[in-house]
Amino acid sequence: MSAPGISLEVRGLRKSWGPINVLKGVDFDIHAGGFLTLLGPSGCGKSTALKLISGLESVTAGQILLNGQDVTSKAASDRNIGMVFQNYALFPHMSVAENITYGLKVRKVAKSTQQASLKRVAELMALSPLLDRKPAQLSGGQQQRVALARVLVSERPIVLMDEPLSNLDAKLRVEIRSEIRALNKQLGITVLYVTHDQSEALSMSDTVVLMNKGQVAQIGAPKDLYDRPANTFAASFIGTPPMNLLAAKDVVLPDWVASRVTGEQADLLIGVRPEKMHILGDNDDFSATCTIASVEYEGSVFLVHLRTHSGAAFILAHHGPDAPIPGDEIVVGWKNEEAHLFSSGTGLRISSNSK
Amino acid sequence: MNKRLPFGLAMVLLFIPCLLLGAFTHYPAFRALQNSFWNNSSSRRPSKFVGVENYQTLLQDDRLAQIMLNSTLYALGTIPLAIGLAIGMALLVNARLPGTSLMRLSFFMPTMLPMIAVANIWLFFYAPGIGLASQILGVFGLPPINFLGSTETSLISMMFVAVWKEAGLFMIFYLAALQAVPENLKDAARLEGASATRIFFNIVLPLLRPTTIFVAVNALINAFRLVDHVIVMTRGGPNNSSALLLYYIYEVTFSQRDFAYGATLTVLMVCLLGVLAAVQYWVLNRKAHYQ
Ligand SMILES: Nc1ncnc2c1ncn2[C@@H]1O[C@H](COP(=O)(O)OP(=O)(O)OP(=O)(O)O)[C@@H](O)[C@H]1O
Ligand SMILES: [Mg+2]
Repeated sequence: MSAPGISLEVRGLRKSWGPINVLKGVDFDIHAGGFLTLLGPSGCGKSTALKLISGLESVTAGQILLNGQDVTSKAASDRNIGMVFQNYALFPHMSVAENITYGLKVRKVAKSTQQASLKRVAELMALSPLLDRKPAQLSGGQQQRVALARVLVSERPIVLMDEPLSNLDAKLRVEIRSEIRALNKQLGITVLYVTHDQSEALSMSDTVVLMNKGQVAQIGAPKDLYDRPANTFAASFIGTPPMNLLAAKDVVLPDWVASRVTGEQADLLIGVRPEKMHILGDNDDFSATCTIASVEYEGSVFLVHLRTHSGAAFILAHHGPDAPIPGDEIVVGWKNEEAHLFSSGTGLRISSNSK
Repeated sequence: MNKRLPFGLAMVLLFIPCLLLGAFTHYPAFRALQNSFWNNSSSRRPSKFVGVENYQTLLQDDRLAQIMLNSTLYALGTIPLAIGLAIGMALLVNARLPGTSLMRLSFFMPTMLPMIAVANIWLFFYAPGIGLASQILGVFGLPPINFLGSTETSLISMMFVAVWKEAGLFMIFYLAALQAVPENLKDAARLEGASATRIFFNIVLPLLRPTTIFVAVNALINAFRLVDHVIVMTRGGPNNSSALLLYYIYEVTFSQRDFAYGATLTVLMVCLLGVLAAVQYWVLNRKAHYQ
């Protein structure tokens, strides 16, 4: 049943509803069989992008290419795209089997072929004993699998998924996450995935498109986004807890940075991940003096909330055996390669650091 | 909510509605049942127990047979038509075309008018020769029809009045139900390649079924309950051709003052309605989806 995936290209995608510009020019592409995730905070336009790509909404401007062909003006039903909806969109009055075969029925596929496909997909998704139930009689995870089965049975070369795991508990989420990933790998289906959960995005995707307010903030492999955030938005969105951004005046800078910022000190932010700094050792390049405001115990680490003398708050992930004591004054430090420099004016990464 | 009413006050509050319900619903119902087993009293002859005699009369009443046929045709004609029209109007209003609020108002207007007023409007409409209906026929070169005055058309004319009055109310129920159909179900069907018509019949209509049950039961009850237009427009005529069961009960009881037979007919109607509602509910409910 392997339907080899096809590529998707999105060029200058715009969408406005009246005066509201929801998408302000979005570009990205997925190679055939790839797994790309749109990641971003609520309301940034992820679902809108999926609706435009699937053809359920019309674009204001821009182009959508499937397998190299422009489908921008094609009807949704002619694009051969599968979609797993947020909240699944299972037909409540149909049984699981009817839900799965509905598309085949619409497309007048022969009854015997329908039954054969149903059987195969039901086995793959472990739904065989549930085929006669109504969606309301299924657990969230089972409904999720029906939604996946419905998309798989139609053998589409590309599948869009809109936050498909958002209603599941943590354990099920991890389970189905790997199932989706396996389907992508085994069947070669191209997947465009949408989520606001960064751990989902980073763990599943080949490529992540980080979106902010209808624009692309950064595109890259998950590791790129974590290691080299392109701007302060990416820095403060990726990572739990996200990267600390400190004003240059709160930090003792090494010479190579200090020499750069003389005179324009206000235009520099120093970024450092909480897990990449520590209570001061000997050979750190950056350091900051601060007081401990509070300490959260997180199992494997202590999240230490710190405050600089000028009042800026930031976080240190501390792995030591003993808990830091609130009220103490400490010095934290980090190395050159852990420091990220951003322009505080434009928010963009200053690329020419020592890395 | 642990505050409790004083026992005395609670009893008083319970007693008042019970009294009203008993006095105006249960007692009359019971008396009707009782009356149906007694003959009619008059100044010359006191009433006496006659057993099932009234029910035997009922079985041999030719006029009743005609009226039952009328009522059946009336229900069979008005209920599906009103429901179909209501769904159609709801779809139209729900389509968010320009001018929808005006359309909604005009569809709903007939429902707000009292039946007597509706009947008067339609009297003009049906007036032979000068009424709008005749004039429309005239445009197509057809001879005028005496809608209310001929046995062939009087019942159908009554049915149109009822449908016109009722469909607007049912439309409101369907409109609410339509707006509750999740958009993403329709989107999912669209991506599977289903046409708009197909989506309506496969997805939307099944999800409207609880509304259809509710509306159908109401329409059934109304088909037997509303006779104001018959009283105003035709008085059941000509030759009983537009008489309905409730109109007959009204006539027997209050014009002929035969309370015993009126009570018997009432018992018949209540039983009939009960059975019909139960059957209808059962049939539609088998396939209804409530979640
Ligand atoms: N039909 C519409 N008309 C007007 N504005 C809309 C419409 N649909 C979406 N929007 C607006 O577009 C913006 C983006 O919506 P969208 O649903 O794409 O967000 P999202 O990124 O999917 O968010 P979430 O993670 O909460 O699902 C929102 O501000 C929303 O209010
Ligand atoms: Mg969304």
